[in-house]
Amino acid sequence: MARVIEFDLSRRSVRELNQYLHHELPAGEQRVEILNPNGMHSLAVGLDAPIDVEIRGHAGYFIAGMNKQASVTVHGNVGWSVAENIMSGTVRVKGCASECAGASGHGGLLVIEEDASSRCGISMKGCDIVVGGSVGHMSAFMAQAGTLVVCGDAGPSLGDSLYEATIYVGGRIASLGADAQEEPMTKADFDRVASLLKQAGIERDPKSFKRVASKRSLYHWHADAEQEY
Amino acid sequence: MSRLRLEESYSFNRDVLDYIQHASEHGLYEIRGLGAKRKLPTFDDLTFLTASASRYPLEGYREKCVSKTVLGTRHAKQPVELEIPITIAGMSFGALSANVKDALGRAATAMGTSTTTGDGGMTPEERVSSKTLVYQCLPSRYGFNPDDLRKADAIELVIGQGAKPGGGGMLLGQKISPRVAKMRTLPEGIDQRSACRHPDWTGPDDLTIKIEELREITDWRVPIYIKLGATRVREDVKLAVKAGADVVVIDGMQGGTAATQQVFIENTGIPTLAAIPLAVQALEEMDVFGEVQLIISGGIRTGADVAKALALGADAVAIGQGVLMSLGCNSEHWCQGDKKIDATADYAKLDTAPGYCHHCHTGKCPVGVTTQDPQLEQRMQPEWGARRLKNYLQTMTMELTTLARACGKSNVHHLEREDLVALTIEAAAMAKVPLAGTSWIPGASGGV
Repeated sequence: MARVIEFDLSRRSVRELNQYLHHELPAGEQRVEILNPNGMHSLAVGLDAPIDVEIRGHAGYFIAGMNKQASVTVHGNVGWSVAENIMSGTVRVKGCASECAGASGHGGLLVIEEDASSRCGISMKGCDIVVGGSVGHMSAFMAQAGTLVVCGDAGPSLGDSLYEATIYVGGRIASLGADAQEEPMTKADFDRVASLLKQAGIERDPKSFKRVASKRSLYHWHADAEQEY
Repeated sequence: MSRLRLEESYSFNRDVLDYIQHASEHGLYEIRGLGAKRKLPTFDDLTFLTASASRYPLEGYREKCVSKTVLGTRHAKQPVELEIPITIAGMSFGALSANVKDALGRAATAMGTSTTTGDGGMTPEERVSSKTLVYQCLPSRYGFNPDDLRKADAIELVIGQGAKPGGGGMLLGQKISPRVAKMRTLPEGIDQRSACRHPDWTGPDDLTIKIEELREITDWRVPIYIKLGATRVREDVKLAVKAGADVVVIDGMQGGTAATQQVFIENTGIPTLAAIPLAVQALEEMDVFGEVQLIISGGIRTGADVAKALALGADAVAIGQGVLMSLGCNSEHWCQGDKKIDATADYAKLDTAPGYCHHCHTGKCPVGVTTQDPQLEQRMQPEWGARRLKNYLQTMTMELTTLARACGKSNVHHLEREDLVALTIEAAAMAKVPLAGTSWIPGASGGV
């Protein structure tokens, strides 16, 4: 079993950390623990290796941004845009996430065990996001592909201007955004939710979820849509 | 014999009547390509005070005039080094054909300058053909990925565009081909509307952190440009500098687009001429003039325009529409080998004619430049286009160095505001140079 390498941010800089994770991690070493993150930004960004990174504490903006392959866990809360543009791998937040979690993510899985703020999953392009709690307003705005699972409630204007992403909500939906609609759950939907909940390690009955997808009425310009654009 | 007296209304002239009739018929605003067509103060309204007795010129055919340009010296480990201060502006694969993107890269490489990706990501063709490639990070993030980010020679974070500051991109369904759709993760054939705000940051303080993230991902190797549509230029440039930009790109009102609402193109932003002094003022007030480089775009057409932009304080320019015109945009014909094939019938099908066309948004470009149609795009072959564009860039560079030598400068970057005067009061006020024959700078130097 690979040994755990500790990286203490009270003694070393963020720049040294990312440089280390990008280029200096010894071959065969696959676990790194980051100590004293203290709300610092851009931790473990641009990773492209099958390594495990544990961040022990609260962290700031853009944690695990553009992640590929790596598994990053934050044992605390995070600021804006955790796992933005994630390509593959897994990013897990044990606490809450601020705005724009998983923004424009192309692949991989983002798990937020508690709540996520507004615009969670904005512009997502194929990643999967599972939120154990609730999400704020304008979540999945202009989401193009992928799946957002919200176990709690969703704030106003959910799924505004959706493309082909799918949203599943276990609790209440405050309101739907332009061109979003609630649709019947099929067996494939229940299976999809069950599979993502299992990957996220969250126990919840898939039968309680609602499906939200695009009406596709704004895919082409037309006069009647007016302010919907 | 009675004479019919026809008097056209100034307020409700035939153009306005056409607009009202069109709006009444369709209930939708007009979408089109290219840039502002209205008359605006331009670089044509400035002239150089070249050397005579009080200044001596360099020998035009003998003495060297340096045009080398270095961008991104503030923070990047590897600044961008160019042979000329004329770069190719960001234009997307999607708006342009793959052949055109290939041609841009070949010509830019041949001239030792850079080209830029666009809304839709980086194509392998343009990466291969472009020695120096600037990778745009746009609000849509279409096709944006860390692998291409690491392949880039610079990153341009796009906040706004001169043709539509405050607005997002647009690509109508005719141009969402299978390849474009795949690169952008969109359904084929939809009318694509890009976001106008970035998905992962909002204000300038967030932007500071976003830039740090991009630097961390790229190990602080490449410069980061911030591109702004010219509106509140002085304030915006200061915020960009504070956020950590290595290079600021200002795109003036004459800047082009592949498609946007006509109301945007003609009614937003300020002319390029007015934007430059404001950007320079901001850099000077932040004490970073020369440390943070300035690129100017929006209606740059000739070597004289480049020279005037540099004299006003720019380090380089970026050109877009001029590039397209070099490749045949608005020409009467397209070329098949040595043969010229007449395209006027294809313009007519679009209800337009060579010299007037702005139908980039339709994807039916009669000369194969702004299209994704497999047959139309064959009308602009990369080898032919690269040769034409290289010639255009070369001509502009020769004009630039000619003017610089005539001003007594052995380096194009030594051109200065003192070398210019204005031919109109408006241009004098905007460019902040004296009206010709006077020492008067309206708004700056009091009376005549």
